[in-house]
Amino acid sequence: MFYTVKELVEQSHAFPSIAALMVHTEVENSTRTEEQIRHLMSRNLEVMERSVKEGIAGVKSVTGLTGGEAKKLNTYINGQHFMSGQPIMEAVRNAIAVNEVNAKMGLICATPTAGSAGVLAGVLLAMRDRLHLSHDQQLDFLFTAGAFGLVIANNAGIAGAEGGCQEEVGSASAMAAAALVTANGGTAEQAATAVAITLQNMMGLVCDPVAGLVEVPCVKRNALGASQAMISADMALAGCISVIPADEVIEAVNRVGMQLPATLRETGEGGLATTPTGLRLKKKIFGKA
Amino acid sequence: MPDIRFHSVFDIIGPVMVGPSSSHTGGAARIGKVVRDIFGEKPEVITIYLYESFAKTYRGHGTDVALVAGLLGMAPDDPRLPESLKLAYDQGIKVSFVPKSDKVDHPNTAHIVLQTGDHRLAVTGVSIGGGNIQITEINGFKISLSMGQPTYITIHDDVPGMIAKVTGIFSSAGINIGTMTVTRTAKGKQAIMIIEADDYQTDILAKLKLLPHMRNVTYFE
Repeated sequence: MFYTVKELVEQSHAFPSIAALMVHTEVENSTRTEEQIRHLMSRNLEVMERSVKEGIAGVKSVTGLTGGEAKKLNTYINGQHFMSGQPIMEAVRNAIAVNEVNAKMGLICATPTAGSAGVLAGVLLAMRDRLHLSHDQQLDFLFTAGAFGLVIANNAGIAGAEGGCQEEVGSASAMAAAALVTANGGTAEQAATAVAITLQNMMGLVCDPVAGLVEVPCVKRNALGASQAMISADMALAGCISVIPADEVIEAVNRVGMQLPATLRETGEGGLATTPTGLRLKKKIFGKA
Repeated sequence: MPDIRFHSVFDIIGPVMVGPSSSHTGGAARIGKVVRDIFGEKPEVITIYLYESFAKTYRGHGTDVALVAGLLGMAPDDPRLPESLKLAYDQGIKVSFVPKSDKVDHPNTAHIVLQTGDHRLAVTGVSIGGGNIQITEINGFKISLSMGQPTYITIHDDVPGMIAKVTGIFSSAGINIGTMTVTRTAKGKQAIMIIEADDYQTDILAKLKLLPHMRNVTYFE
């Protein structure tokens, strides 16, 4: 088992890849065989695929606050007038799709959480054909993301109620960035750099859901988290470095999380939740309380 | 060495679940399911006390719906989950929610009390993120159950010799017991044993179920 990014990178050198180390570690720590582990991950991938497809077709949340924007983005992409680039726009669309399905109480795969489920599925499905990833390589993408996610989860956390959105969309984006680096031929060290760069920029992101719902701003934070994962991965692959090592960044995220007041940790009592519009929507959806 | 709360890649990539929140919906459903399995029968009365983030946002996140779904025996990916309150009502189960303002150790805490006749169970569960949970209290006893490794829960009559018989089955199968918690509702009534083991064997479950005075055995991983 690895407890730090440093250990993860070092241990991975004894294996063909980070994904192989993750699968090996999972076999050691669980009662499952490698075949069962890959099969289980394959099921997770299927759910990710289905949720992206469902969201792009167009859905509406239980409250009506969110929905239909993955479909809008899809039309926009087809018009070819975007400024950033097609892969990023597709990742953004996919991320929105998953979180719109999530908000309507549809079936999703939490990565690492449900509120941040769009990022990893979003970038993977945008890049898998472009990077010619086989089914097994797509599973490896998820194992790589999971390996870095485990380190973040154990040294900081993955709950908005504990440490804010930096630990949800922040963790998801960092995991996705690392997986993108390795999927595009980068080294374990570069993957670690992508994690560090991403978390540095996500640090301090609060969890302030309007009416306590996983809709506003969660859905769009997934979209922008996905775009950031792509850019961090490109920066790391270009050879950019992180002055502060990934493990120290994660430790800082943990400290910042603990310093966040409860009003900004998934209580719906601060940030966007207590703007005039946020409060009005809460009253409209739930009545007085 | 950090506090190791997450052990499996599937704690991070997964679970597959009905949205919208892994901690407030997925984790809540898992807490409910574990509590139902420990209880071992359909509850007639469900009382759920919610704390901090759970108390503030339970309606928006469907925490209420998910906890009850779990208490009805549903897993977090059960498509019937959004309908749980109606299903409970249809089954004649009385459900009430009590948001509390008391400070607790973890922001996502639920204290669940189940009752059927004079059979009563009180369990505290916390949802620590990504759908992962811990059970921190059963009938007033502080415990720490992460549900991350093979865990057996037995419900049995509180008679002499049960612990020896149960541990004997593990011993003869060559399976090491990591932690073990024994508690009971009242002397001579019903007792609960929670065993975290290092391995799983299908026939252990069958052997445990065959023991005299054994009411129910469940296995989690």
